[in-house]
Order: sequence, then structure tokens, then C-alpha cells
Amino acid sequence: MATRQTQTLARLMMAPSVVLLFIWMIVPLIVTLWFSFQQYNPLNPMRDGFVGFANYALFYSNPAFLSSIINTLLIVGSVLLITVIGGILLSLLLDQPIFGQGIVRILVISPFFVMPPVAALVWKNMIMHPSYGVFADIARFLGVQPVDWFAQYPLFSVIIIVAWQWLPFATLILLTALQSLDREQMEAAEMDGANFLARFWHLTLPHMSRAITVVILIQTIFLLAVYAEILVTTNGGPGYASTNLPFLVYQKASLEFKIGQASAGGIIAVILANIVAFFAMRAVGKNLDR
Amino acid sequence: MTLKTILLGACSALALAGMASAETLTIATVNNGDMIRMQGLTSEFTAANPDIQVEWVTLEENVLRERVTTDIATKGGQYDVMTIGTYEVPIWAKQNWLLPLDNLGADYDAADIIPAISGGLTVDGKLYAAPFYGESSFIMYRKDLMEKAGLTMPDAPTWDFVADAARKMTDRATGVNGICLRGKAGWGENMAFLTAMSNSFGARWFDENWKPQFDQPEWKNTLDFYVNLMKDAGPVGASSNGFNENLALFQQGKCGMWIDATVAASFVSNPKDSTVADKVSYALAPDTGLGKRGNWLWAWSLAVPAGTQKAEAAQKFVSWATSKAYLELVASKEGWANVPPGTRSSLYANPEYQKAAPFAKMTLDSINAADPTKPTVKPVPYVGVQFVAIPEFQGLGTTVGQLFSAALAGQMSVDDALKQAQDASTATMTEGGYIK
Repeated sequence: MATRQTQTLARLMMAPSVVLLFIWMIVPLIVTLWFSFQQYNPLNPMRDGFVGFANYALFYSNPAFLSSIINTLLIVGSVLLITVIGGILLSLLLDQPIFGQGIVRILVISPFFVMPPVAALVWKNMIMHPSYGVFADIARFLGVQPVDWFAQYPLFSVIIIVAWQWLPFATLILLTALQSLDREQMEAAEMDGANFLARFWHLTLPHMSRAITVVILIQTIFLLAVYAEILVTTNGGPGYASTNLPFLVYQKASLEFKIGQASAGGIIAVILANIVAFFAMRAVGKNLDR
Repeated sequence: MTLKTILLGACSALALAGMASAETLTIATVNNGDMIRMQGLTSEFTAANPDIQVEWVTLEENVLRERVTTDIATKGGQYDVMTIGTYEVPIWAKQNWLLPLDNLGADYDAADIIPAISGGLTVDGKLYAAPFYGESSFIMYRKDLMEKAGLTMPDAPTWDFVADAARKMTDRATGVNGICLRGKAGWGENMAFLTAMSNSFGARWFDENWKPQFDQPEWKNTLDFYVNLMKDAGPVGASSNGFNENLALFQQGKCGMWIDATVAASFVSNPKDSTVADKVSYALAPDTGLGKRGNWLWAWSLAVPAGTQKAEAAQKFVSWATSKAYLELVASKEGWANVPPGTRSSLYANPEYQKAAPFAKMTLDSINAADPTKPTVKPVPYVGVQFVAIPEFQGLGTTVGQLFSAALAGQMSVDDALKQAQDASTATMTEGGYIK
């Protein structure tokens, strides 16, 4: 039991890092907030100054804005769905005593170690390319017209690539949870006549729920900021079909040099991330309290 | 300590002192082949100028543009020489961000620079950037496929001829597409091509009062023609193809024709990289009989930012890298076919170059056929053939590029794309204070 003195001491010792972390986060946020109320385009310095909420209005009225919000949420939602369900199935599979288990596990986990731009390049040029890709070869072998993935199904293609990268993470966390499951309890349930589905539903899944929560929370944070995969494969297009919020902010800042609008977009992204995090915590975070 | 070590020590101390007094130039450049070659030849420059050291920052085009723009606009002063294009020069010179190049040396033959190119780099009669290599665009085509289709390519074809030939050359079963054109969104990607193409259809970005013109029939004709042609004779996935993707397709024999930068000629005719090197020929970019061809004009150029402390040394470097002597230096080391093209008239009069580069004449004719001050059939208030030299164009060009790319991919109709392009341009021009 910590005494009052040790508690005070602990707080004092932690203070520097807390202050540092606070400054680390608060300074860029304030700078972004300040720029979001300025008209600032480095290419055209003649027109600058305070513009109130004009940047927010311009960002909001941008035809790409609504689709970028929808795309951001679609990417987060779909990738979570694929990785959580896929992760559960894969972890169940990997938990079985199979020949070459170690190698199979490494192979399943390996996509996680590939840098996102590299992974996206491989998918773009070697797998989904309508002329050189493996999918196109398969289509030609079957005698059908190859699918032009990035033009016809741009968002779906991005989701597939991102999900491929995050599936190993989900699998790894869920497999660890699965391995801590008490075998005796399972055997007892089996002797009582519970079939596989019943055992999965009443024992395995509840046991994994905390791990699933962790996967959902961590992935949500990263999936809200997916960017490299889009930059490499579709460049946000065709049109705005695969533009998400981070990509739109990048486009405003680095391609169009509209720093004010990009900052406004950044603030909107922060607000959106907080809303999503709030609901995610409400919905699944309760699991962590237990 | 022996005498030898004492002498060695003294020598190195002297060398260090010498290093300390040398000026170090930081040069930002783009990672294109010609610039990489220039980097390799740096020692030739430093040997002739022992008091100047050179440090390179080599970046991919978009990143370079982002870095140098940020640096110059915030007066960061990181670079002493910058590689910029014909788009930036007039805008930056007007902002007084660049130093006029008036100290390039007595033997620097400025009058030898091809007039169309120097016109794009001159503001109020002063040269603000020296061209390192220049380019226009033209048609590269396969002689064998043209013959198979029973056609002969004229030196100066019309769009109707090109479209007809493209459809006849297309053989999807063997993977041959009649024509490969840019579709990847970006002001320097699909919009470079489409803006140049639209010029030959009589279209323009803005009228004399800066009113956007996407609601006019000329743009509708351009975009309809382009989308239909690509649907019938273009490669799958055209909406994500830029310069590099089309180059790879052409080199692998998957394109009957390709309209793109003249610098590509040396890549498609190089047997080391191209499977069709011996079957390529060239023609001027097409027209519709209105007096303008669909070719562009670009020059990667070296400029000295106004904020540098080393203006004299920087100009010395610019003078070295863009001089006649540099062309001869490259020729002596790597052969005439590899010298940076498109900047000097004397190069095109050189019989050795003409022999080594069969595309030389067509390149020069294409460059001369483009006029950045009068790019379209109707009058315009802007400078630039395949771009509009105003600060807002980078953003606007990319936005419109996205819409046209969506039209090509079939995600949007041509009419919708044009309507949204008109709305976006009107908003940008109003925001920028060009129209009320």
C-alpha cells in the first residue's frame, strides 16, 4: 500500500515526463489551430491574414470533404471487420497442433513487418496491376477480362491492402489470448457434451473479448490515419473515390500549398478521431475495466 | 616523430584551412537521369573552382517541389541553387524570390538558348533561370504496327488520323493498345497532356477576364474525344498511368502510339531498355487544323534564390552546368546521345548530335511549335502552354485532374466532370480575387 509520501514522490518524479508529453502534443495543436484561422499560401504571400472560419467553410464546402469522411469511416470499419473476424479464424487455426507450426506462424505474421509503402507498391505492381499483376494473369488464364482494380474498385483495393497489413497484428494478439485459455475448462465442457460451436461461443469468445477490444482500439487509431497506401496506389482517385481525410489534408498542404485549409482539415480530423475514440471506448472499452 | 609525419601533418592542416575558406553550395535537384549524371560530374566543376564545394540534395519531383517552395516562401535559405520548372520561374521572379542571372560569365552564350525556352524563363527582359534540359511533347509510334494497319504516319498528323490509326492498331488479344496517354491525376501528369491537347481543340482554361471555360464546347469536344479514344484503343488501367507507367508499357511493346515528353525518345530508342527500340519513329503532336498543335513546353532549370549568401558561386555553378562546354563534357564522357537536350540551338546544328539522336529534328520542331505566351487559338491572360502560371494552378490543376481521371475511369460522366471542373475553377478564381 502506497503511503501519501510515496504517492507525492511518484507524482513529482513523473511530472517532467508528463509536462514534456503535454508540450509535445499541445504546441503543434496550437500552431495548427492558429494556422487554421489564417489565409496562408506560401506560393501567394500577397494574400494572407486572419480569415476567421473561412478555411473551415472552404474545407467543408470542398466536394471531396464528404466523400473523404465517408471513406475514412469505411476504411476503419471494413478493415476492423476483416481483421477481427479473420484474426479470430486464423488464430483458431494456428492454435491447432499442425506440422511446421512455427514456419506457418512466421509466414502469417510477416506482412506486419513490411513497410506500408513497400507493401502498397507490391500489391499495385505485382498483384493487382491490370497488365502485369497476378490477378490479371489468373483472369486471362480463366479467359475473362482482367479487372482494373484501382480504377473500378479503388476504395475496396485500398481496404484489401490495409487489411492484409493489419491481419497479422490482430492474429498475433488473439493467438496470445487463445493460448492462455484454460484447457481443463475446455475438456470439462467437452465432457458435458458441448459441441465445438457452443464451446467457441460460450468459452473461447468471451475469453478473447479483452484481446479483441485491444485490437479494435489500437487499430482504430492507426486506421484513421491511413495514408501511404492511398498515396502509392490510387492517389486518392479516380475523382475522390479513395480520398480519406488524412489524404485530403496532405493534398491541401503539400500539393496545393493551402496551409490554412490543411490546418482546418487537420483540426477536423482531430475532432473526428476523438468522436470515434469516444464511441469506441464506450462500446468496447468497458471490457478493459474488468 | 619523423620529418615525414611532421610534413604530412602540416600539409593536412593547410588542406583543412583551405577547406574552411571554401564556400559550400547546397543544390536541390530532381532525381532525373540527366541530373544524376550532372552530379557524377561534380568533380569537374570543383576541380576548376577549388574554392567552391558542392553538396547535393536529390529528390523525387513532388518532394523537391514541396521542399524548395517551402524553403523559398519561408525564406529558409537552405539551398543556394534550386532546380525549378517553367511553371515556377515567372511566378517566383514576380515575387522577387529569384536573383536575375546577370553574372553568368563572358563566354556564356545566352543568345544560343532556344528562344521558346528562354521566353518561358525571362521576366521583364531578364533571365531568372538557366535551362538545364528542355522538352516538348510529340508522338512516338511503332512503324511496324502502323504498316500492319495499312497506314503511313504523316510528319504532322491530325487528331482524326491518330484516333483512326489507334483504333486500327489495337489488338487486345495480343495485348497491343493503339495509343497510350496519361490518365493519372495531377497538374503535371494528366493535366499537362490534356491542357496541351485542349489547346489544339481551341479550348482554354480562362478567357481574358479570368472566367473559367470548362462550360464551353471546345472542352467538351476535347474530353469526349480523349475518353472515347482511350476506351476504344487505350490500355486497361489508363486512369492510373502517368509518364513512367506509359514508358514501361511502350518499352514492352504494348502501345502502338504514345504522345508524351520528347525526352522519352532516348529511352524508347535505347535497345538496352526498350524491346521495340528499332521500330520507333516520331511525328509532331496532332492538331485539328485550328493552328495550334497539342504539344507542350517544359524546361528543368537552375535558379538562384534571392536569399542566398553565395550568389556569385551559385551563378558560377549555374553557368557551368548549363553552358555549351558542359554539353561537350557529357558528350566526351558518355556520347552525344546522352547530353541534356532541348536548350541550345547549337546542339541541334551539330552534325554529330544529329547522327546520334535521330529524334533531334522532331524535338526541335516540337519545341519551336510551342509558344508559352500564345498557347491557344483564342487569347488568354496567362503564360504557359500546358499550365497556367498563377500560384493557384497547382491546386486547381490537380483538382481538375482528379475529375478528368474519374471521367476516364468511367466513375463520372464527361458532362459531370466538366461541370464540377467549372465550379471548382470558379470557386478558386473567386477566392484568389481574379473574378468578383
